[in-house]
Amino acid sequence: MSSWFNVQALYVLWLREMKRYVRARSRIIGSLAMPFFFLLFLGTGFKSFRPPSMPEHVDYLNYLAPGMLAVVLQFGSMFSGMAILWDRQFGFLKEIMVAPVSRVAIVLGRTLGGMTTAFMQGFLFLVVATGAGLRLHSFAGCVLTPLFMLMIAAAFVNVGIALASVMRDMQGFSLVMNFLMIPLFLLSGAMFPIEQFPRWVQLLAYADPLLYGVDGMRFGLIGASRFPPLVDFTVLVVFCSIMVSTSAYLFSQVEMD
Amino acid sequence: MVATGSVFSAACQQPDELFALETRNLTKQYNGLTAVDRVTLQVRQHEIFGLLGPNGAGKTTIMKILATLTLPTAGEAWVWGHRVTHDKDAVRRCIGMVFQEPALDDRLTGRENLDFHGRMYGMQRAQRERRIRDMLHLVGLEDKADVLLKQYSGGMKRRLEIARGLMHFPRVLFLDEPTLGLDPQTRYHIWDYIRQLNAAEGVTVILTTHYMEEADALCSRVGIIDYGKVRVVDTPACLKNSLGNDILTIEAMPLEPLYTALAEQPWVQSITCHDQTIMVSVRQAEQTITSAVLLAQRVGSTISSLAVRKPSLEDVFLHYTGKRLRDEGTTTQGQHLRRGHP
Repeated sequence: MSSWFNVQALYVLWLREMKRYVRARSRIIGSLAMPFFFLLFLGTGFKSFRPPSMPEHVDYLNYLAPGMLAVVLQFGSMFSGMAILWDRQFGFLKEIMVAPVSRVAIVLGRTLGGMTTAFMQGFLFLVVATGAGLRLHSFAGCVLTPLFMLMIAAAFVNVGIALASVMRDMQGFSLVMNFLMIPLFLLSGAMFPIEQFPRWVQLLAYADPLLYGVDGMRFGLIGASRFPPLVDFTVLVVFCSIMVSTSAYLFSQVEMD
Repeated sequence: MVATGSVFSAACQQPDELFALETRNLTKQYNGLTAVDRVTLQVRQHEIFGLLGPNGAGKTTIMKILATLTLPTAGEAWVWGHRVTHDKDAVRRCIGMVFQEPALDDRLTGRENLDFHGRMYGMQRAQRERRIRDMLHLVGLEDKADVLLKQYSGGMKRRLEIARGLMHFPRVLFLDEPTLGLDPQTRYHIWDYIRQLNAAEGVTVILTTHYMEEADALCSRVGIIDYGKVRVVDTPACLKNSLGNDILTIEAMPLEPLYTALAEQPWVQSITCHDQTIMVSVRQAEQTITSAVLLAQRVGSTISSLAVRKPSLEDVFLHYTGKRLRDEGTTTQGQHLRRGHP
């Protein structure tokens, strides 16, 4: 019962996330609005801009859409990992921690929940983006994209859990936001190609796992990418494994005082 | 860690008795502050054991250590024979916990909160559903089962938490300040639930409280704790008898001459005065009451009220810690004892 593979605990932790997600409808709409407006306004405003190293048919909106999708996934999943801090604040974390369930199972349960909600957000975004003018490239891409979506979500839920495990409360949240989330987003090539950056910034960008996520999804959605998709996939698998282990370790050290 | 060897051999000599809970020199320090100071306790099975002490005395920290939520700095503790530091999951399986602050998800309904709990403890569907029904019945929340917790009152949440603490048939139920901040009526109801479940389910109950009446009304034994140290452990009756005194409560005008005169009497064991009331501990009130009245006459004080009472837990607390409970809660009895300082 206390093994990490505790199906019932994983299921109920996931189920709780689902119920909370479905019951917070205004949040679902709210968190989709900004990336959608970005897509719509920037995509229209920079209509004539042709990103370098992209095929002729790719306009800026289509270039931007995978990037904004990555942002939806990054923010959504990271918040859902960090929601541990809310659970701590509202006391529910104690209820979870006092149960005979291994800490790893708790992390995995939350990861599954966060992956699902982020994926649903991403899917909704894709639907509205298609309405705004995103043209899906191929059927194969439609299969490949969800894979990248789930990988990004899994990794960033665990970034959130890891951070929540070392933070006491939401005090440090704006630090995380401004010095982690936004830089990762800006360096990921979600909005513009990184070739324009000075060399050292480009090097930083190569260290941004989201770069590979965006690139992989670009391959899936519009059929053009900077790296071979297998490279993107491998980098994400490695990043994901590192983050899951890190967050599992850090979370198992959490004490409730 | 100190002297566990001898304790163990002592325990081994009487293998029949498994304590529901045992601690040995349990200590917890936070940044050099000692919150729990070498606490040694033994709680028998099926007891209702109370930890009585003011806020900040270390009660909650003890609970958290016993519930595996935080590690002790030193010392050891066993719950139902399992070490809290080594056998966490075994401990977690046999305890139920009701925290001081609500630990519920208020975006779920009452039933969903219980269901979450049942699944986390690996209960199968049929058993889970039956148990949810029984527990909701026990705390009288059947008709609110499918309402979101946001709409629950404080007392309802508390009752739901007690129900949840019992969901998985725990051996030991920890209740951290179970009636804190509740109105007197709800408090009496919760006392009833606690008694009922102790009787019906045979569950051992460990509760913390800073309400004297609560400890007195509920607990088979009480440990008085202050500054992280356990001062004394006994039944409420024995604790009160151990003072061995009657207490005379005298209101008089003017107060000072009587106070001075009484303080000089050989039969007065101790005397305190506050709120225009003198409290005198005497060995036997029957023999001294007349002396007190005569004395008042002689010094020219008019007695407006004179009462004899047995020592309360409040007096016991005062005796062992040298002070009154710091926190003035919404107590319903003996308010005059809690105001001001001697």
